[in-house]
Amino acid sequence: MATCLCDAFHDDVAAATVEVLERLGCEVLFPEGQTCCGQPAFNGGDWSASRKVVRHAVSTFASPEPVVVPSGSCAAMLFHGARLAFEGQPDLGAVTALGNRTWELGDFIVNGLGIRSWPGRFDARLALHRSCHTRGTGSSDAVALLLGSIEGVRMVEFGEGEQCCGFGGTFSVSFPHVSGSMGALKLDHVRQASPDVLVSGDMGCLMHLGGIATKEGKPLRTMHVAQVLRDAVLAKP
Amino acid sequence: MRTQPIDRAAAALPAETRASVYDGSKSGYDKRTKVLFDHYADPDRLRELAGEVKQHVVENLDTYLPALEARLLANGAKVHWASTAEAACEAVHGIMKARGARKLVKAKTMVSEEIGLEDYLTKRGIESLETDLGEFIVQLDHDHPSHIIKPIMHKNRRQIAETFEKNGLGAYDDRPEEITRRARGFLRHKYLEADVGLTGANFVVAESGRVVVVTNEGNSRFCLAATRCHIVLVGIEKILPRDRDLGLFLNLLARSGTGQHLTVYNEFISGPRGAGQPDGPEEMHVILVDNGRTEVLATECRDILRCIRCGACLNVCPVYRQSGGHAYRSVYPGPVGAVLSPLLLGKRFPEKADLPKASSLCGACNEVCPVNIPIPDLLLRLRDRAHREGVPSPGTPPMGAWAILATQPVAWRSALLAGRAINYLPTALVPVPALRAWESKRTLPPWRGGEFRRWLKARRK
Ligand code: SF4
Repeated sequence: MATCLCDAFHDDVAAATVEVLERLGCEVLFPEGQTCCGQPAFNGGDWSASRKVVRHAVSTFASPEPVVVPSGSCAAMLFHGARLAFEGQPDLGAVTALGNRTWELGDFIVNGLGIRSWPGRFDARLALHRSCHTRGTGSSDAVALLLGSIEGVRMVEFGEGEQCCGFGGTFSVSFPHVSGSMGALKLDHVRQASPDVLVSGDMGCLMHLGGIATKEGKPLRTMHVAQVLRDAVLAKP
Repeated sequence: MRTQPIDRAAAALPAETRASVYDGSKSGYDKRTKVLFDHYADPDRLRELAGEVKQHVVENLDTYLPALEARLLANGAKVHWASTAEAACEAVHGIMKARGARKLVKAKTMVSEEIGLEDYLTKRGIESLETDLGEFIVQLDHDHPSHIIKPIMHKNRRQIAETFEKNGLGAYDDRPEEITRRARGFLRHKYLEADVGLTGANFVVAESGRVVVVTNEGNSRFCLAATRCHIVLVGIEKILPRDRDLGLFLNLLARSGTGQHLTVYNEFISGPRGAGQPDGPEEMHVILVDNGRTEVLATECRDILRCIRCGACLNVCPVYRQSGGHAYRSVYPGPVGAVLSPLLLGKRFPEKADLPKASSLCGACNEVCPVNIPIPDLLLRLRDRAHREGVPSPGTPPMGAWAILATQPVAWRSALLAGRAINYLPTALVPVPALRAWESKRTLPPWRGGEFRRWLKARRK
């Protein structure tokens, strides 16, 4: 699942995801009918609208392969959020089944495929923003493990890593002040570690943080985990 | 574009207040982390266990409450049931009237805030004085607590020193030791003058009827030592099944709340003064307060009743850190308050239906909660409820059109291409408020709808 953000804004992240998975020997299918995971309406409180979109995802991803998503937050929507929204619905079983075979990309590579190090080279100091929606799952550790294993990479830690960046989907537009302040605070911490690139497994967080940094007149280079993995093994075209 | 009340409150919060809130909550969080992980390899197992114990209590209140009442009576305490705030206030007043008492000293209790006890008693000519330093300062200011365990998190020492000066407690002096010394000097006399001591309860144990009160200042102990009558105000959900559960809960409460191994003073009160006991109040009343809790019990959000009011979720919450507690317009602020406060309103839920929106759903609250309450899930349930009840939600983009697009692949693909228009139009002309709100704080990357699909097709040829 490419996610709607990548479909609309971040095509290179979706492309990198395909290249990374293919490099691992996976055959990547891309059901053309896919749209969104249903999270915007779920978080916005409109669960009946959300269920329609989740049902669409269930039918689009009907074949039994694992579903890999380059976003912790969209993956969590399918393996956690959708279950809440479908409590008491007749198709809860189908929704749960989709959730059970849905993976965030880093989690899939490390805990699904058992890959524990990444080849190639990437010369940079990387700061990893751990995405909130995969708290309690193996994603953040998996991603940190992979990135840290790449030759040339130096992982840098920054303060208050447990804190959210303030994106939060619709939260970013219904709470612009709080969301913007959270982002600015996150950027302060990140900049203190002076990374070359801020990396995350969620384009929502990066779009928000990168957008604030640019607006502040102090742009910061951001990359999705998939892009780092791809660029480590393939020179960028 | 209209934004949410808590966002507006946060924007209006003075920088000085925000700094106090930020420092206070961050230090609370840091201490908690240290003390938990220093001592336990895997504190999450403890949180899960404690969560299961409390969930069991919440789901079996119908048997635990009568069991508790029987124990309390057997211990010699009097038991009062208060279904509403008003009834709880009346119960306190009734006890005072019967004794001809005019003065009450109070150790920290959130339930007394919840039921508006001070106002109620003042109107009836009864003096009620807060003896917890933070609550005392709040009382001097005619203010409200902004945090459930650090009521004056929103104030710094300069502001506190000014409060003391204004209230005739000596000339301006902002040294913490001096502030404490003066408060102590003032309060000592008040204990001696008071007829009744009122406390909350952190836990009440069903099997023994033991009432457990923890403080760091020892003020609850003074309340008990100096008065003849002890009133306990406690929410019906504060039950623990057995005395031995206290080991787990006192440990988690202190560590999660204040980052201590154990709170300094732990009182275990199992009734009024018995024959042969040299001191302690001769009369003990326990007021069991419902005030909306049984209604919460009937909802899918009953897990929130596990809460032991440790404040850890407030400390870690990024929204709380930006907005402070008063932004929540409720006795219970922060993540726990965003769930509990609207629920306690029962049918008046819509008045605070905006609180569950005040979260990026980052889940940090759930991660620190000593009773493992899935707060983000509960916030989401309440958002769904607000939507079903038709409560307007400023700033939340409508989702109907999006849902239609996102279920029709052909329309979705056309929209991906059509979206390019935003690359050429000035934002001011795009009739989408959400976009304007986005751009008030951030730039928007160029729209590249359809590019990935084109790339994939070309690659697969
Ligand atoms: S919800 Fe959990 S973390 Fe928050 S105050 Fe209650 S017990 Fe503490």
